[in-house]
Amino acid sequence: MNISVELQTIAELHIKGLIGGEIDAFTAPILREKLAEVTLQDNIHVELNLQDVSYMDSTGLGVFVGFYKSVIAANGHMELTGLSSRLKRLFDITGLVEIMDIQARDEEVKIDETV
Amino acid sequence: MKPFDYVEIRVPAKPQYVSVARLTISGLANRIGFTYDDIEDLKIAASEAITNAVQHAYADNEEGEVVIGCALYDEKIEIMVADHGKSFDFEETKAKVGPYHDLEEGSFLREGGLGLYLIETLMDEVKVHHQEGVTVFMTKHVRVEQVDENVEHVPS
Repeated sequence: MNISVELQTIAELHIKGLIGGEIDAFTAPILREKLAEVTLQDNIHVELNLQDVSYMDSTGLGVFVGFYKSVIAANGHMELTGLSSRLKRLFDITGLVEIMDIQARDEEVKIDETV
Repeated sequence: MKPFDYVEIRVPAKPQYVSVARLTISGLANRIGFTYDDIEDLKIAASEAITNAVQHAYADNEEGEVVIGCALYDEKIEIMVADHGKSFDFEETKAKVGPYHDLEEGSFLREGGLGLYLIETLMDEVKVHHQEGVTVFMTKHVRVEQVDENVEHVPS
């Protein structure tokens, strides 16, 4: 069981991350440490792609909530993309979908009215 | 003949074994004929309970074990997760858990406490016993058709 986290700065104040594998009690701390490496400058935009995440539970939700809070504190924006319907459901039933910017995969893409 | 088959898994109370137990439960649920979605729900609910047990053992620096008992019936599975570490107050914790409602400010978001909420949402029945630690009992029935009755739909 493993997790992969790749972070890339693609432009000034724009960071893209690709996360894959399973996020649980064992791997969530690894993800949290990796995300802590992001320098949270004012107005930063962080896009995290979860398309290769095959499993996640509340430990993963906790990491994303924590990271979301620090991004918001820096006047930034966090976006989660590529979610499978399984993953999206976790954000739905916890109500987090109302708070965070969450984009599911093509099959059920949410229309982003802010664009 | 017993009305169910019983399978017991014992793992060290360490986070790296949560996935081992989860995969075993996934295999057992597959035997009974749960749908893909229900198996995924079971994996999450069981992991939440096991993670709780592991974290309580960790908080106390205990070298304990988590015991996971699975009763396999024709049309349902019962999973019991027991830690023998320190108890958490279920009612008190339960009162704190739940969906995020009306939380515009990110600073109010809670990072913990979601585990129990997910167990209650994803399983059909959940019971918690306090006796020499905490034991969580949870049941899920095999459904012929996919029914979303336990899903709270949050309008977006």
